[in-house]
Amino acid sequence: MNPMTTPNAQLLTQLAAALQGGGIEVVDLTQTLSPEFPQIALPPEMGQCWPFRIEEISHYDERGPGWYWNNFSCGEHTGTHFDAPAHWISGRHLPHGTVDTLPVQRLVAPACVIDCHQQAAADPDYLLSVADIEAFEAAHGRIAPGSWLLMRTDWSKRTDPEAYQNFDETGQHTPGPSSEAVQFLVEQRDVLGFGSEAIGTDAGQGFHLRPPYPCHYYMHGAGRWGLQCLSNLDRLPPTGSLLITPPLKIEKGSGSPLRVLALIAK
Amino acid sequence: MTMPLMRPKRKNPVQRTRQMNVPPWARGRVALSLTAAAAEGRFELQLCRDCGRVQYPPREACGHCTSPRLQWRAQSGAGELLALTTLHHSNDLFFRERLPWRLGLVQLDAGPTVVTHLHGDVTAAPARVSVGARLDRAGRAVLIAFPPEETPHMADDPMLREMSCDPRMRKLLVTDGMTAVGQAAVRALVKAGADLVWVGHAEPWKRHGSGLDDIASLPQVTLVPLDLSNERSVTELAGEIGGKVDIVINNAEVHRGFGIGARRGTDAARAEMEINYFGALRLAQAFGPALKGRAADGVLNATAWVNVLSIYALANFPPHGTFSASKAAAHSLAQCLRAEMQPAGIRVVNVFPGPIDDDWNQNLPPPKLAPEALAKAIVQALRDGVEDVYPGDVAQEWLERWRDDPRVLQRELAAGG
Repeated sequence: MNPMTTPNAQLLTQLAAALQGGGIEVVDLTQTLSPEFPQIALPPEMGQCWPFRIEEISHYDERGPGWYWNNFSCGEHTGTHFDAPAHWISGRHLPHGTVDTLPVQRLVAPACVIDCHQQAAADPDYLLSVADIEAFEAAHGRIAPGSWLLMRTDWSKRTDPEAYQNFDETGQHTPGPSSEAVQFLVEQRDVLGFGSEAIGTDAGQGFHLRPPYPCHYYMHGAGRWGLQCLSNLDRLPPTGSLLITPPLKIEKGSGSPLRVLALIAK
Repeated sequence: MTMPLMRPKRKNPVQRTRQMNVPPWARGRVALSLTAAAAEGRFELQLCRDCGRVQYPPREACGHCTSPRLQWRAQSGAGELLALTTLHHSNDLFFRERLPWRLGLVQLDAGPTVVTHLHGDVTAAPARVSVGARLDRAGRAVLIAFPPEETPHMADDPMLREMSCDPRMRKLLVTDGMTAVGQAAVRALVKAGADLVWVGHAEPWKRHGSGLDDIASLPQVTLVPLDLSNERSVTELAGEIGGKVDIVINNAEVHRGFGIGARRGTDAARAEMEINYFGALRLAQAFGPALKGRAADGVLNATAWVNVLSIYALANFPPHGTFSASKAAAHSLAQCLRAEMQPAGIRVVNVFPGPIDDDWNQNLPPPKLAPEALAKAIVQALRDGVEDVYPGDVAQEWLERWRDDPRVLQRELAAGG
């Protein structure tokens, strides 16, 4: 059989045509990397993730008359970024746990989007519960194994960095999943990973949950992935979108800034 | 009677901003010692260790007995004004633009006769006066005859204002308002009569509990986003307010208490360098040109740049070794900044505090410098127009030991201080 005419090849041809024709839309779920976008803040005695910084090498000037380019610096966990299992101590001994070795086959995967934006507006510390997941499934069907679970909170619409970080004297207040919800997603639904609009996959007060930072602990402990600082989740359907999430191929990298794209049917 | 400084009319925006012509700056090597002492606020002259005479002007050898054994000694400056005169003409651009200018001849009680600038409240000869050494707009020492007692509004004398950098009625930028030192500086400047204080703050989401909101409520204070690690943030702020800032006070610093062995990796050291050295460099590149361009812009001209360094810039304090290294780099850069600002008539004031009583020195025993004391020293330095400030007991002691022999100090510090 001509490989170009197999059903799968036809599928790709159809996909290419749908992309060109606009039947399938590409949605950018990525925040722009800019020096103003905040980075995660740890207690100051700990090591810190670098913010995104950029400085000109030359700008058609005496430093380089015919060209414009920049140097930039940032951490692996700056801006919209990918968390690999090795990011957390629970996932440190897993095979394929770093961004250079993880299975690329799964970097294109379906997504389910649970809408919590009203709850997050009412309570910045809102925790996604097992009941929320069950209600989602009652409306949209069971979460397929190998799917991303994305928590829509509209947090990315907080364009003021102070509001986005949302600190007070007891720390950060941003929504995330409950410990029970994470365990349910990993053990009962076999999700590929968890994605959040806030600065971490865990809630801002996640340190006070049991265990501390349950999403990092359970997801990465089970070899699952994380996406954070996502945007435009309000443009995705509850089910049926396809996410493209390749991190940079950093040797032994624990994560990486990345461009997250979603394919949706129009 | 000195006329108190009145707020000038707003600048006429269609006239050219006056440019600075600094007074004569050339001095011989020996005479620069007079400047070095004046930079710290002292009036020093050479004392001959053989014949005991004090001499002026400074020379390589004693003018009386030819001995080369000369020592710089602090002077009280008390003396008798013998004669005074008023210049109505000068070919030097600096004086030409500031005529009439008064000069006096003073016989110091210590012996020599000196030519001085005259404070306006010294009106007739003969009279008792007190001579002090000040830095002029070229950053060189000049002698000034003051009235022996404090007079009202003494600091507002127009000649003296050319030598000082009084924050009163001026507009200032304090680069970091999130720290105790920054907040104390803002309060001290407001108390000293500053017209407007722009207060930088980075990472505003960390403001809770920092005290920033308390100073923000002062009517003279305007908060501005400023992160010295971010070139764009620095250039944007300079673009917005650079043309109005009269005095920059760079107090932004990162301080972690580590040497080499106590902290794995270079992250903390790099963060210190990023703010303490590269941050100062970004700030100077962005704000320096505008300040230089306004050095003669009327009565409330741009006048000074203050670097809050550390006494550890002189010698490494191993328990805070990487911080010391970053401040040594900042000190070196500050010397470069001074060399570049001096010809433009902007004074660069370097402040070398000992350990400050803050979170990062929590484990150091007293004496520690209160942020308020540091702020007071900064304001005083601006008023007196001095360049090098070593506030507090620890800084003074280190300075003395460093002057005595830096190699000995280094070994003492290696052994624990």
